[in-house]
Amino acid sequence: MITKETIQKISKLARLNLTEQEMTQISEQLTDILKHFEEISELDTKGVLPIIIPSEVAFHWRKDEVAQEVSSEELVANAPECSGKLFKVPSVV
Amino acid sequence: MDLTHAKISEIATSIRSKKVSAVEVTKHFLSRIEKIDKQLNAFITVNARALDEAKKVDAEVAQGKNPGLLAGVPIAVKDLLCTEGLKTTAASKILANFIPPYDASVVARLRAHGAIVIGKTNLDEFAMGSSNETSAFGNVKNPWNPEYVPGGSSGGSAAALAAHLAPGAIGTDTGGSIRQPANFCGVYGIKPTYGRVSRYGIVAYASSLDQAGPMAHTTEDLALMLESFAGFCKQDSTTSSAAVPKWSKNLKDDLSGVRVGLPKEYFAAEIDKDTQRVVEQAIKTVERRGAQLVEVNLPLVKYAVPIYYLIATSEASSNLARYDGVRYGHRANMQEHNAKSIDELYSISRGEGFGSEVKRRIILGTYALSSGYYDAYYQKACQVRNLLRAQFLNAFEGCDVMLSPVTLSPAFKIGSRVKSVLEMYMNDIFTTSTNLTGLPGMSVPCGFSDGGLPIGVQVTGKYFDEQSLFNVSYTLEKHLEKPARQPHVI
Repeated sequence: MITKETIQKISKLARLNLTEQEMTQISEQLTDILKHFEEISELDTKGVLPIIIPSEVAFHWRKDEVAQEVSSEELVANAPECSGKLFKVPSVV
Repeated sequence: MDLTHAKISEIATSIRSKKVSAVEVTKHFLSRIEKIDKQLNAFITVNARALDEAKKVDAEVAQGKNPGLLAGVPIAVKDLLCTEGLKTTAASKILANFIPPYDASVVARLRAHGAIVIGKTNLDEFAMGSSNETSAFGNVKNPWNPEYVPGGSSGGSAAALAAHLAPGAIGTDTGGSIRQPANFCGVYGIKPTYGRVSRYGIVAYASSLDQAGPMAHTTEDLALMLESFAGFCKQDSTTSSAAVPKWSKNLKDDLSGVRVGLPKEYFAAEIDKDTQRVVEQAIKTVERRGAQLVEVNLPLVKYAVPIYYLIATSEASSNLARYDGVRYGHRANMQEHNAKSIDELYSISRGEGFGSEVKRRIILGTYALSSGYYDAYYQKACQVRNLLRAQFLNAFEGCDVMLSPVTLSPAFKIGSRVKSVLEMYMNDIFTTSTNLTGLPGMSVPCGFSDGGLPIGVQVTGKYFDEQSLFNVSYTLEKHLEKPARQPHVI
């Protein structure tokens, strides 16, 4: 059972505002979904390595060199608020 | 020249040899979009510069240059791929006004081969959905019957292609998002091997599962499109440096010596009778063309949907953290909310910008990654993923490709599954394993339901063996008799 309180806690972690109605709905749906997903717990995975990237691709390594293909002006152009080449946010200290 | 139904290769050849101009071709498809898309809602944005781009291709041809494999061919691109100077929304309110300053690698390569981005197609918000009903820009209708969904998440691309609003389309596939809509709309679609195609500039959903791929009306067109943009990309360290074969030049319709695996578990599922009939016809056809049928066992596929949703939502909760109302996207009006802190700015902006499916997945993913649950959910899912992959690799010792249904049934009615989240998630029962294992998978149109909806089959192959998928597809295209039908909008 995923309670509404748990959803509230998780939504804080995710920095995601939810309405009361959304919290109730998501708590019901997640309870349902996770109950169904419980079946994976029956599998014995002792000593099995978790995999992150599936196929047999060797990661490509390169030198960490600065290559500016997009200008700062272009990058801030999509910002909801900016000041010159800087993003504007509420004061954080 | 019947431009509406012409193959990509015919259009490109005709443009290169000046039989038709790129401008004429682009105008033709722009006018079709204008006329027909009101009924479908397949496009979020039509590219206002498409004709200028076509003029450039014509100028190159006039100068005696070869613009490339896709010279002057209009391509509909899923609105999840960044396009320089052209709005890219991911079908979300949070990115409603985002104009990327660069092209995704796939788009840059399409353009380098002379393709014209004709417009950006509708999708489920952030590619999260199987019906196109989660788009913030309204759902897409299936061109074969407007009461039905086109599938998702690349539903706009599949619908635009099926309605001949472009001769080719680009989709992305995280758990079936190319193959399932291709199946529902009666077109060819391939999810290449993980690492075959660059993910650079594609709005990330679940990075270890996401892969872009083409959709087309013929196997040859599909192969040609993939040739134009597959291969190593320095901006995506997970791309493979393996050579990109000329698949389109090596198509075979003789399957002598090819072992086609039929996964027992997929055929034990409750498949509707029309789908069963079409899949059986496909199996008979490949057998008639020389393939040897073998049964394969994949008992772990019954866990594919749970592990897919745990992994995909975990990765999504991390990937979507970037939408914070600071660098791009929707920002809440702080005064209206009487809010002051940066945390409130993040939370309120995200709460206003994301739709309900995206919120549900962010919460599920954050939960699966949170302290106390990580081992039981995310870690466990990654371990089962390893076991699942081992099982597929083992099964591929005994066969060269696998053939199965794509989904349990053809397209379903709009609105019929939105109430049951779990039922909607179970749509992905046959498609998610391909992403979890990173193997290539394809949807091949093979017939119709009694009600006139398209039905395809899924072909899955070994790592980097897209050629075998194209060969099975080409064989079915040439030798499986299916009724010649066109969608109602044509």
